[in-house]
Parts: sequence; C-alpha cells; structure tokens
Amino acid sequence: MSTANHATAHGGHHHAHHYDSAEHEYNTSKFGTWLFLATEILMFGGLFVGYILFHEKYPEMFHDGSTFLNWRLGALNTVVLLISSLTMALSIYYAQVNKKNLTLLNLYITLGCGFIFLIVKYIEYTHKFHEGLYPGRWFNPTEPEVQEMAKHLLDQGHGHLNMYFSFYFTMTGLHASHVITGMGLITWLIVRTHRSEFGPQYYTPLECVGLFWHLVDLIWIYLFPLLYLIG
Amino acid sequence: MATAAAPSGKNYLNEKSGLWSWLTTLDHKRIGILYMIAVMTFFAIGGTFAMLIRLELFSVGKTIMDARTYNQVMTFHGAIMVFMVIIPGIPAFLGNFILPMQIGAKDVAFPRVNLMSWYCLLIGASIAFFSLFYNGVDTGWTFYTPYSITTQNGTIMMVVGAFIIGFSSILTGLNFIATVHKLRAPGMSFWRMPLFIWALYSTALLQVLATPVLAITLLCLTVERVFGIGIFDPKLGGDPVLFQHFFWFYSHPAVYIMILPAMGVVSELIVAFSHKTIFGYKAIALSSVGIAAVSFFVWGHHMFVSGQSEVAGILFSFITMLVGVPTAIKVFNWVATLYKGSIRFDSPLLFALGFLFLFTIGGVTGIMLAVIGVDVHFHDTYFVVAHFHYVMVGGTLMAIMGGIYYWFPKMFGRMVNEFWARISFVFIFVGFNVTFFPQFILGAMGMPRRYYDYLPEYESLNKISSVGAWTIGTGFLVGLFVIIHGMLKGEKAGNNPWGAKTLEWQTSSPPPHENFLVQPVVTAGPYEYR
Amino acid sequence: MEDQQHHHIIPLKVYFSVIALLLVLTAITVAAAQVNFGPWNTVIAMAIASIKAGFVLAFFMHLKYDNKLYVAVFGTALFFLIVLYLFSWLDTVTRIGVNSIL
Repeated sequence: MSTANHATAHGGHHHAHHYDSAEHEYNTSKFGTWLFLATEILMFGGLFVGYILFHEKYPEMFHDGSTFLNWRLGALNTVVLLISSLTMALSIYYAQVNKKNLTLLNLYITLGCGFIFLIVKYIEYTHKFHEGLYPGRWFNPTEPEVQEMAKHLLDQGHGHLNMYFSFYFTMTGLHASHVITGMGLITWLIVRTHRSEFGPQYYTPLECVGLFWHLVDLIWIYLFPLLYLIG
Repeated sequence: MATAAAPSGKNYLNEKSGLWSWLTTLDHKRIGILYMIAVMTFFAIGGTFAMLIRLELFSVGKTIMDARTYNQVMTFHGAIMVFMVIIPGIPAFLGNFILPMQIGAKDVAFPRVNLMSWYCLLIGASIAFFSLFYNGVDTGWTFYTPYSITTQNGTIMMVVGAFIIGFSSILTGLNFIATVHKLRAPGMSFWRMPLFIWALYSTALLQVLATPVLAITLLCLTVERVFGIGIFDPKLGGDPVLFQHFFWFYSHPAVYIMILPAMGVVSELIVAFSHKTIFGYKAIALSSVGIAAVSFFVWGHHMFVSGQSEVAGILFSFITMLVGVPTAIKVFNWVATLYKGSIRFDSPLLFALGFLFLFTIGGVTGIMLAVIGVDVHFHDTYFVVAHFHYVMVGGTLMAIMGGIYYWFPKMFGRMVNEFWARISFVFIFVGFNVTFFPQFILGAMGMPRRYYDYLPEYESLNKISSVGAWTIGTGFLVGLFVIIHGMLKGEKAGNNPWGAKTLEWQTSSPPPHENFLVQPVVTAGPYEYR
Repeated sequence: MEDQQHHHIIPLKVYFSVIALLLVLTAITVAAAQVNFGPWNTVIAMAIASIKAGFVLAFFMHLKYDNKLYVAVFGTALFFLIVLYLFSWLDTVTRIGVNSIL
C-alpha cells in the first residue's frame, strides 16, 4: 500500500474560498457525490421495486417476456461495463501517480466501452422494434406465436405481455440515459486532462465522475440478471 | 468574534450591483433573497387561486366559475403551494441565508449547485404554469391514477415541472447535509449547533432520501401517459394503488420537509424572545431527527380507503400515532422555555405563539385522522382540509412570517415597522381561524373536499370560511407592505437588535460577503443567556 | 476541521484481482441461470449480483478505505428503498383477493 503526497493548499489546485484547504474541498466534494448517488439509488430503486412487485404478481408473464432477451448480448454488456469500471478506476490511479498519458488512455477506453454498450443496446432495441415489440400501447407483435403467447397469458389471468416490455424499455432506457450522461462527463474529464488540470495534488472531478460511473455499472449488475436471466 | 461591520461599509447587498450579478451570484445570502422573491411571488399566485376557491364556495351552486374550471383552480392552488411555496419556503430562503452563518461558515458546501437549485425551481415552475395554455390540470395536486393518465390536458407539463422542482429540493438538501457535516466553525460540535440547524439537517435528510421516489413516480406517470406502459393502469394489468404508494412514500416525508424547518424557526424565536436558553436542547434536536426517520414509515395513512389492505392500514395507523410523541416533546419544551423567561411580545414572537396554538390543533387533529376507524369517515372531507391547513398555514406559514420579521434586520440592515407587523399578525391569526375552524365542522358534517358544489346545509359555514379567507389575504397584504416598506425605509438596525446569541448576530447587519471578518471560534452552546 | 486522511492509492494488483473476480462471477451467474433452481433462481442471481456489487463498492468506489460516513449514506438509501418495497409488498400480499395469503 502506498500513499500519495498530501493534497495541500500550496502548489497545485487553488481551492474555493470557503474551504480551509484543497483536502477539505476534496473530502466535501466526495461526500456530496455520495449524497447524490443516494438519490440515484432511490430513484432507480423505485423502478426495481415496481418490477419486483409485478414479477411476484405475474411470474409467468415475466418468464415469457424474458425469452425475448438475448442473454449473450446482456452478458457482453455486463462485461463491457465492468471493464469500463476498471478503466475508470485506473484513470484515477494514474492521476494519483502523475501519469497523464495513462490517465487519458484509460478515460478513452472507458468512453469507448460506453459506446460499445450503447451500440449493443441499439442493436437490441431495433431488433425488438422490428418485431413490433414496442413499449406500452404501441406493443404490436408481428409474429403470430408472440400474439398467441400474449393472448394466452391474458386469458389465463397472467397479465399483459406488453407490461414486461414496458419495464424492459423504461429501466434500460433510464439506465442508458445515465450512460450517455456519464459519457458526457467523461468527455469533459478528457478535455481537462489534456489541459493537464489533474495530478496527484488534484483529481477530485475524476473521483466524483468515477463514482457516478461506477453507480451506472452497479445498476446494470442488477438489471442484467433481473431482466435477462431470472425470467 | 467579529462584531464590527466591514470597514468600507460593504455588505453582500451593495458589493456588486446589477441584475446580472444577482442572477449569477454564488453568495448563499443573495441566493436566499432570490428564493425569497420567487417564493413570495408563487405564494401570491397560489393565494390568488385560494381566494378564487373561497369565492366560488361562498354560495351553493355556481358563483363565479364552472366545475371544470374549479377543478383546475383547486389543482393549481395545491400544486403551487406545496411544490413552489411551502417545501422550498423555509429551507431555500431562510435556510440558505442563515444556515452557513449560524455554523460560522463562509458559504454552503457547493455554491454553484445552490444557484442551480434556484434555476431548477424557476424552470420547473415555468413549465408547470405553461400547462395553463393546454387546458390546465384538474387532477388535484396528487395526480392520482387512472384519471391522471387519461385526462386530456396539460397534466404532463405540470408533472414535468414538479419533477424539475424536485431537483431544486434535492440539491438544496444535499448542499445542507454536506455543509453541516463539513463546514462548521472550529469548536462547533453537533451539540453546539443551533436548533434551526438541526431542523434544517433533518429536513435535508428527507429532501435527499424521499424526493427521488417522487421523481421516479412522476417519470413513470409521464411515460404512462405518453407510451401507455401500464404500471398504474388497471386496464393494462397495472395497479393504481401502487401509484399512491410511490407518491405518498415521498409526499408524506414531504409534509415533514414543510414543518421541520418551521419548528426550527420557532425554537430560535422562542429562545430569542424569552431571552433564555432552550429547555431540553437535546430532546428537541433528537426529536427533529426522530420525526424525519419515522416519517418514512407512515405514508399509508393517506391511503386507508384506497383499496390498500386492512393489515397494511392497521400497521400504518399505529406507526402514525407514534409520530405525535416527538412532536409533543417539542411543544412541551417550547412552553417550558417560555416559562419564567424575560418575554418581549415583538411580532416575531407573536407568530411563534400563534404557531404553538395553531400547530397544536393541527397536530392533534392529525392524530385523530391517524386512527383508521375515524379516518374512514373523515377521509376526503373538509376535516382533512382543515387539518393540513392548520399545520401548513397555522404552522409553517406562521413560522415563515416570524422568521422573516426576526431575521429581517440581519438580512437588510433595517427594522420593520413593528406596529404594522403586529397588525399583520392579528389579521392573519384571526382570519386563519375564521377560515379553517368551520372546516373541521363541515368535514364532521360530511362535506367532501375538492367538490365544486355542496349541499345547502353547508352554506353558512362556507360563507364564514370565505370571509375568513379575505381576512387572511388582508393580513398577508399588510405583511407584504411591511416587508417592502422595511426594505426601503426601515429604521437602520444594529448588529443584534434582539440581543440574541447565535452566530449570525455576531456580525454586521447586513453581513459582509464573507459573513464574518474573522473566523468565529465556538466555545459554548448556542443559547448561552445569563 | 480538515480530515487528516492520507490519499490512499489502491495498488494495481488489487484492481486487476477485482476485475478478474467480477468476470468470474459474471460467468457463474450466467451458468447458474442455465439451471432451474425453482424459487431459488431469484435468490441465487441476486446474491451473486450483490457480491459483485460489493466488490465494485469496496474497491472501485473505494468504500473499504474511505470514511465510514459514505457507507452510512449508501446504506441509508438502501434501507429506505427496502422500506418502500416492504410496506408496498405487505399491502399487495394481504389484500383479500385472488393472490392473498390471508
């Protein structure tokens, strides 16, 4: 275990006037970020609660719905996000040991992983749309077997098949919007890193955006089994 | 301890001038004033809707509007008052101004986030008001499904507006939690913080933890309207009661967001105007956190007749009654503080005393409603309307008025006209009781709420209630003039006109940009009156 | 008022061990999904997901080495989320109707 130099007030980043030191600002910023993550947990969590409650009510419908998801693509996306979490953490590591180029490389890889994730999602979504599996009132399956499945579920009192896709699109859609936001933030970090704004004395934005990005990964860690595997 | 004014006479008001310097300020004091202006404006609009309601309900049958319009008016009154006035009212206005000063800090933890939270309020409010161009909203501020899914009007706009306003609340709470943990002056332990800070901290916990659930609820409602996703729609296998679970999981803690800061203000007022330390500091401090914590477990008491199970109802009923305990502790401790104090009946204290009386009535009727068997009769009647107006207006609004008059000299360096301030109190206090006490009786007699029309036997009490409304309106108008006159022509105030002990009074009125010329070092509790 | 915390740097070795573990756990969860454990399916999947989440939180998000206050923030959010679920579930499961346990 090694330690960095103290991030002290002299030299490097100039901290805001109402803080005693750069260290003080760093700790407060981290705390603030965690508070923000708490809000995200409760917001996304609401969707998870809704999902679990309806899953308990209509287990057959959720099982049938999940057969439409490609677990290989889901697993690929899981691996992609896990790796992006690694590279995000590594970008902070390299800032802590003053290696700007490696910081940049890892940020670029993280961004790239985000792109791959979105591309896979795009493939999944368009595939579903092609088969008429739209969310909500526009659910209109083109395949007769799917129409039959939906009718069968409804007749048996096992719920409406389109509810499954409502949850699928809402949850993955909200998650994807956070991936996009994260990528925007990472791009901002890349610009600032190019400008040599970060180093062992100051890397607070890397840390805070990193925490957000890890949260995005955490949510997917739960979304993947819930949507793709359990059904 | 810094006591002198900044030598150049510069303070946060005159330091930089021009509208742009205000709209881009990062100074928590200026942001507090920006919130004051926004909240007072929204209060005037929401209050106008209230006057329209009471005008319509003055007599049986159509008085000035048709039923469709009435439903919109009552929705806007509720939504504006809840989201744009009472929730931000004390934390974002008085809290923003006073919190950093009371803990000896130079600003809140995240000044830019603070400014952003104000813009969230403004943008969200604008979008919500925009719904007026699309036939308004007629669902009531609670947006219950399935009606809110199908009603053809501007519901989405108000829902999106409320979503954005929610972020204003979240960001304020986040900022305050970080500030209280990280920016207290040397020597200020948690047990030396003023009670207003404990109140704001407890409120902030609710803002951060509860509001996100409102966010997802409103998001789901929007997606439900646009895409028909069917989580809340029974026709699609959804559960409308689930909407209510999600909605009230936030909205019950929300009412504590509304009242906890008010209780914090009352603690400050009672201490300052009895010139005596608070009775039971730790009990009041911990009761604030306790109320915040328990508030998460009681939301189903809004849903006793919704189709929620009886088992859940009984559980929620029981836990709700518990919330009366920490609340009562506060009331007893405030009265004990007044006892043998050196009391000055200045206008801020009048509002604090008014709070004690009115909030107690509101709180006790809340316990009555907590009893599930009683609520079956009172739910959706005027009894409930009276209950929540007693706690929100008789409680929070009284505290805001008292807080404004109390901290006015600190904020503006001037005193308000005490005579007219007291007049405003009399009109507000008397008017309030005349408006809302009859509504307890109307509710017990069975008059439903949110109804455009009513049976003839309810008419006389409704007339009395409407006259009361005009009286309160007068009181608030007088109050507005008191405030404006005070800002422009009030007698100049010293640093500490009330002789209070908390840190904000140890610096000049108005304070300099940095709050204190010298970093305060705290060596004693907040209310060391000897 | 400032914390005297040294800025702890997690060694590369730890990062790479964690990612390896996470990938292995992902493989396990996929494999486990091929087998039908009946009502235990959900429990197993959620358990594995929680272990993965734990590693991300502890190491990538630094919680193991940080101020316990951050754990408290995270834990509190999770706690109240569970409250939302629990009471809503209690309602839906005790309604006198088709799926009631009463």
